[in-house]
Amino acid sequence: MNFRRTALRVALFITCYNDTLFPETGKAAVRVLERLGHTVEFPSGQTCCGQMHWNTGYQAEALPLVRRFVEQFRDAEAVVVPSSSCVAMMRDHYPLMAGELHDEALKRDLNVLLPKVWEFSEFLTKKLGLEDVGASYPHKVTYHASCHGLRNLGLGDGPIQLLKSVRGIELIPIEGLEQCCGFGGTFAVKNADVSAAMLADKTKAVIDTGAEICTACDNSCLMHIEGGLHRQRTGVRTLHLAEILAGEER
Amino acid sequence: MSRIPLDPATAPAFPKAAKVSLHDLQLRRNVKHATNVIQTKRQRVVGERPDWQQLREAGRQIREHALAYMDEYLEQFERNCEAAGGHVHWARDAEEARQIVVRLATEAGSREVVKIKSMTTEEIHLNNALEAAGINAIETDLAELIIQLGQDQPSHIVVPALHKSRHEIREIFLREMGLKHLGEEPADLAEAARTYLRKKFLTVQTAISGANFLIAETGSVCIVESEGNGRMCLTLPQTLITIAGIDKVLPRFQDLEVMLQLLPRSATGERMNPYNSIWTGLHENDGPRNFHVVLMDNARTDVLADPEGRQTLYCIRCGACQNACPVYRQTGGHAYGSVYAGPIGAILTPQLQKMEHAQSLPYASSLCGACYEVCPVKINIPEVLIHLRNKVVKQQTRGMGRLNPEAVAMKVLGMIFRSESRFRAAQKFGRAAEKPLVNREGWIGWLPGMLGGWTQARDLHAMPQQTFREWFDAREKKDRGHA
Ligand code: SF4
Repeated sequence: MNFRRTALRVALFITCYNDTLFPETGKAAVRVLERLGHTVEFPSGQTCCGQMHWNTGYQAEALPLVRRFVEQFRDAEAVVVPSSSCVAMMRDHYPLMAGELHDEALKRDLNVLLPKVWEFSEFLTKKLGLEDVGASYPHKVTYHASCHGLRNLGLGDGPIQLLKSVRGIELIPIEGLEQCCGFGGTFAVKNADVSAAMLADKTKAVIDTGAEICTACDNSCLMHIEGGLHRQRTGVRTLHLAEILAGEER
Repeated sequence: MSRIPLDPATAPAFPKAAKVSLHDLQLRRNVKHATNVIQTKRQRVVGERPDWQQLREAGRQIREHALAYMDEYLEQFERNCEAAGGHVHWARDAEEARQIVVRLATEAGSREVVKIKSMTTEEIHLNNALEAAGINAIETDLAELIIQLGQDQPSHIVVPALHKSRHEIREIFLREMGLKHLGEEPADLAEAARTYLRKKFLTVQTAISGANFLIAETGSVCIVESEGNGRMCLTLPQTLITIAGIDKVLPRFQDLEVMLQLLPRSATGERMNPYNSIWTGLHENDGPRNFHVVLMDNARTDVLADPEGRQTLYCIRCGACQNACPVYRQTGGHAYGSVYAGPIGAILTPQLQKMEHAQSLPYASSLCGACYEVCPVKINIPEVLIHLRNKVVKQQTRGMGRLNPEAVAMKVLGMIFRSESRFRAAQKFGRAAEKPLVNREGWIGWLPGMLGGWTQARDLHAMPQQTFREWFDAREKKDRGHA
C-alpha cells in the first residue's frame, strides 16, 4: 500500500496504564504507524500525564508531571497518545496548570507542544487524513465512544470511519453511544455502587449488539467494560482501536 | 421519603445514600423514564435552533457580566423596585431570610400562605419555619403539592416530583385529599389538584414566591411556569413576598430575550413556557397591595469570591444537567442530600455549605462532561468539580489527615511518576505483589481495601509479564544488534 506521506518522527506517549497493563495496545500503535511509513520513538523518561492526581483533587502531585511531559517531548515532530482521556487532560488542563505554576516559559512551551499532540485515531484521521490504514479484522465489533474522546476531543465519527474501512469487519452500532460507562477514574472505587450500575447499563448495551469485541480509543473505559463483561462471563472481549487497526490479512 | 428536609449538614455521604436509592427499582425506573422524556423534548427544540451555540455564549456572557457587577445591579434593582412601590429586604443568610419572611407573613395577618414553586425557599427550609410560627404553607405547584402531600422531599430542581410515577401520585392524592374515586390519567390528577387548590387561591391572602430573574434596569421580577398556579398566587392575594438568591439578577430587561429562549428549551423542552410573569412593584386596582422582595446571600458572595468556583452562580436552574447526568439518572435526587441534586448540586451545595459539609458531592461524578454539554450558560461543571475536589483534599490532608490511606497512596504514586527508575521498579513490584491475587485464568476477582470497590462488580486482568517499555527496550537492542 502506498500512503504517499512524508515520513514523520512520531514520539509515542504510551501513558502509564497502557505501559503497565496494556502493552499490546502500544505494540499495535507502533505496528500501524510503521506500516504507514513513519518512525516511532519512545522517550524513555515518560511516565504519567497526571490525570488521576488532577481529577481526584491532588493538584500538587499533578503539577510536576506537566513539566516532565514537556521535557520528554519538546523535540518531537508529533506526539501520539493511544488514550483519549490523557489527551483531554493535556489539552484542557495543562495550560491551566502552567497558569497555576505561574510559569511563563512552560506556558510558551505548551503553546508550541500541545498542537503537536494527537490522540491515536485523531492522528490518523486529522493529521494524516486517512480512513483506510490497510487493516483487516474479520470480526463483529461494536465501538464505544469514550466521554473524553466524544466531548473533550470532539473525535466525532473519525474512529468509526477508520473501523468501517477495515477489511472483513462487521461494525454494529451500540445503543446509547454517548452514555458514560461509569469508569471515571477513582469514581469507580469511590462510588463503586453507582459506577457498577452505570456499567450494568453499558455491558447490557454491548451484549445487545451481538458483537464479539467492544473497542474504543481509551483502555481505561475498556478495562472497566471488560471487567464487567468478564465478571458476567459473557465471553465478549474488549480491544483498543489500535489493535484492530493493526490487524493484517493472513 | 421523609418529612425531614434535605439538609447537607446532616445528610449521609453520597456513596452511602446512593446505595439506598439504587435498591429502589421503582424510583430508578421513574427517574430514567422522566429524564428520557425531557431529554428527547429538549433535543428536539434545541435542534431547531441553528444558533443554539451562539445563544449559549450570549447567555454565558450576560450571566458573567451580571455577576461581575452584582453589587451595582442589586442596588439598582432595589432602587427601581422601591420606586415602583415594592419593599426590598436584605438577608445575610438562611436564618435572617426565614426571620424576615416569617415576620412579613405574620404582619400580613395570615395563618395560611400559598406558595409558588421555589427552590430557594426549599434551600432555607422555609416551610418548617412558617409552620413553627403557626403559619400553614400551601404548595400550589403540582409537583410541589405532590411532594408536600406525600410528606416527601424534592428530587429535581424543575420537576421536584420526578421520582414519582403517576400511580404513586394517585395514591397520595386519594389518601391526602380524602377522595373516594380518582382516575390515573394526567388530566384526572390535574383536576383533583385544581379542585383542591382553587379554594385556597380564593381565600388565602398572602403568597410567597421565588424568582427566576430579577431585572435591575426596571426593578421587575420574572417567573416562568407551566400551570398558571403561580399566576394565581401573583395576582389574587393581598400580600406578595418574593425571596430570591442575589445571584438571580440580570442587568437589563432585554437580557430576557436570551434567557427566555435558553431556559424553557433547556428546562422542559418547550420553546416558551406557558406562563411568563413579569411584574414591577405595585399597581392600583390590580394584583397585591403589598409587595416585598427578600434578597438573600446565604454564602453566594463566598462563591463569588472564588474565581474558579464563581461560574456556579451563572446557573439559571434549568435542570438540564440533572437530566443528562448518568449518575443522577441512576440515583435520583435524594441521594445528594440537598434540594440541589445532580451536577449543579454537586458543585453548588458544598460551596453554599462553605465546604464544611457535603464533601462527598464533588466526587459524585464520573466527569463524563454530559452536564457541561447541555448547560445553557456553559458552566464547565467538570472543571468546577475538580477544583472543589482539590479543596476537599487540602482540607482532609491537613495535620493528621495526611495519614489517610488515599492521601498516602497518592503521594507515593506521585513520587513514582516523578522518576523513570522508580516507575520501572514499581511496575516490576506490582507484577510480583499481585501474584497471590491472580487466578489460574489470569484474572483478579478480589482486591483489598479501597480497591475492593472495583472487584465488587468487575474483574481485573493480571498485569502482563512485560511492560510496553520493556518490549520497546528489547526491540531497540535487537535492532542495534542487527545494525
Ligand atoms: S448548571 Fe447549567 S444545566 Fe445545570 S441547572 Fe444550572 S443552568 Fe441548568
